[in-house]
Amino acid sequence: MTDMRVSLPGLEMKNPVMPASGCFGFGKEYSEFYDLSRLGAICVKAVTPEMRKGNPTPRVAETGGGMLNAIGLQNPGLSHVMEDELIWLQQFDVPVIVNIAGNTPDDYCRVASAVSDLPNVSAVELNISCPNVKEGGIAFGTDPVIARELTEKVKQVCSVPVYVKLSPNVTDIVSIARAVEAGGADGLSMINTLLGMRIDLNTGRPVLANGSGGLSGAAIKPVAVRMIHAVSQEVSIPIIGMGGVTCAEDALELILAGASAVAVGTQNFADPFACPSIIDGLTETVKRYNVNAISELTGRSWRTSDRQILTAR
Amino acid sequence: MKRIERMKILKNRPIASRIYELELEGDLVKEMKSPGQFVHLKAADGLDTTLRRPISICHIDREAGTFTMLYRTEGKGTQLLSRRQAGERLDVLGPLGTGFPVEGFSHQTRCLLIGGGIGVPPLYELARQLTARGHKVTTVIGFRSAEDVFYEDAFRELGYVYVATEDGSRGTKGFVTDVIDRHISEWDRYFTCGPRPMLRAVEARLGPDGWVSLEERMGCGVGACLACVCDEKNGSGYRKVCTDGPVFRAEEVVV
Ligand SMILES: Cc1cc2nc3c(=O)[nH]c(=O)nc-3n(C[C@H](O)[C@H](O)[C@H](O)COP(=O)(O)OP(=O)(O)OC[C@H]3O[C@@H](n4cnc5c(N)ncnc54)[C@H](O)[C@@H]3O)c2cc1C
Ligand SMILES: Cc1cc2nc3c(=O)[nH]c(=O)nc-3n(C[C@H](O)[C@H](O)[C@H](O)COP(=O)(O)O)c2cc1C
Ligand code: FES
Repeated sequence: MTDMRVSLPGLEMKNPVMPASGCFGFGKEYSEFYDLSRLGAICVKAVTPEMRKGNPTPRVAETGGGMLNAIGLQNPGLSHVMEDELIWLQQFDVPVIVNIAGNTPDDYCRVASAVSDLPNVSAVELNISCPNVKEGGIAFGTDPVIARELTEKVKQVCSVPVYVKLSPNVTDIVSIARAVEAGGADGLSMINTLLGMRIDLNTGRPVLANGSGGLSGAAIKPVAVRMIHAVSQEVSIPIIGMGGVTCAEDALELILAGASAVAVGTQNFADPFACPSIIDGLTETVKRYNVNAISELTGRSWRTSDRQILTAR
Repeated sequence: MKRIERMKILKNRPIASRIYELELEGDLVKEMKSPGQFVHLKAADGLDTTLRRPISICHIDREAGTFTMLYRTEGKGTQLLSRRQAGERLDVLGPLGTGFPVEGFSHQTRCLLIGGGIGVPPLYELARQLTARGHKVTTVIGFRSAEDVFYEDAFRELGYVYVATEDGSRGTKGFVTDVIDRHISEWDRYFTCGPRPMLRAVEARLGPDGWVSLEERMGCGVGACLACVCDEKNGSGYRKVCTDGPVFRAEEVVV
């Protein structure tokens, strides 16, 4: 048996697989399909200080090999999440990551400092890369100086490790990654969705009410692989990889690129059992490699320190 | 625990212009009760489609262990679906959502069912369950043209049926609301499913004492992604079409 456990700042995970933020609500819906304790971790929907209504509908559209979404960070707000959703998650033996969004650094700090006091919140993830809101969000994620300052501010008030979720909608993702590492980030999550649009041929108008949205799903996996491959060689903090994972082989590809853990987003919609089936598949797939622990495979696509070529049996 | 089942296709055949009747067999049928609920299905295996497609349950045959859906070919998913053959398996998630109520009505309630186009199918199981409980069902169904009409005879077995077509090639010329204005005066409860403009027109005429079934683009279909929300009528809240709906009290949501 290959050891499937992975250990990241704040996260002692049974296996490297978790649902990605926004694709799993706060877990309740999927707890009706399987025991959430099977997951390596759970990353919940973005939380903002006050409740947010989000964008008008249609909010989703299918694309070749993927989908666009413009949910607009709809969530019930910090106090409801603290008093209801996060308490409910305490019944499961699984680390929880709270994804945080906001319009100002103060918004991020308020949520981070409040949720990090809860016993089952193991880490926070700063969503500085949401493409679907008018202010804040992506602006924090496209400027290295602003991204660093935000990270520093949150680190001062947050008592659990801080992961920063990077946007792929930048020219040089490595410079953003380095900046947030310098700002004290404990880890990185990447990638968020790519900006995209679809136009309805019948109306001549964009399909999404918001106009543009974030592209996710199988189609974006090569982008994620390339960016994780580039960033993981330039930083020393671990990466939670995501973007287009639909099966165990995809998860493995992100790990070989440089991810220490993997998040599954859109595939939960196609298959509510996506996470457990990827966990089972991964447990089988890693047997093909000559390693004792899955963590040994992280970054094997570029790690030249061991010159051994990885051979799958 | 909720499940997915690869259900067996018994029948998948055209019954009107671009309208197919799809019959599936499997264990999930045992869990199907409420008319107006839907299933979320994968039109094809593999990555051809990223998202599932929501389709209403049209007829439940619990004894045979089968259920029927009617769908109209629109885009990629429904076209792929129309090519599936009897004997193949289809990946089905469901039953999902909150359907139409059939309990708690007084004896022999006069039920008015109003459907437009591809909103007609869920009303069929509703009509069956209401008549089985002794209520009186009148159905008003609207289509674009005679070639689009389906299930008229099936509804006729369950009560009085009015058909409207926009071009007048069958039944009353015009919309379901023209039939209502001209022929319907007595009813106790109404139940409606169809395109938004029709739902709005129906609600404007008949008021809040009814149930409307809404359509919205979906991601997960189970309440997790917030793709499918609609606004509450009173207050600033929202409702999810996939779990709180698709059927709502007319007074509850903004149609
Ligand atoms: C609760 C509910 C019940 C439904 N019941 C039926 C039914 O019984 N029979 C039937 O023919 N149709 C029904 N529909 C509409 C049906 O879901 C769409 O026609 C279908 O998803 C279109 O898929 P497509 O691949 O052909 O079109 P595409 O345009 O290629 O689909 C692209 C994406 O948009 C979504 N989409 C497109 N049109 C609609 C729509 N009108 N409503 C919701 N999502 C849409 C698709 O699901 C898919 O995710 C229902 C919709 C809902 C929400
Ligand atoms: C419907 C939807 C909602 C999302 N909401 C959030 C969110 O609230 N916060 C966030 O950081 N990322 C959000 N994401 C991005 C995902 O977490 C993930 O980074 C992205 O979808 C790529 O992974 P995938 O291809 O596996 O879906 C959302 C994605 C989708 C599809
Ligand atoms: S479709 Fe995901 S919440 Fe309704």
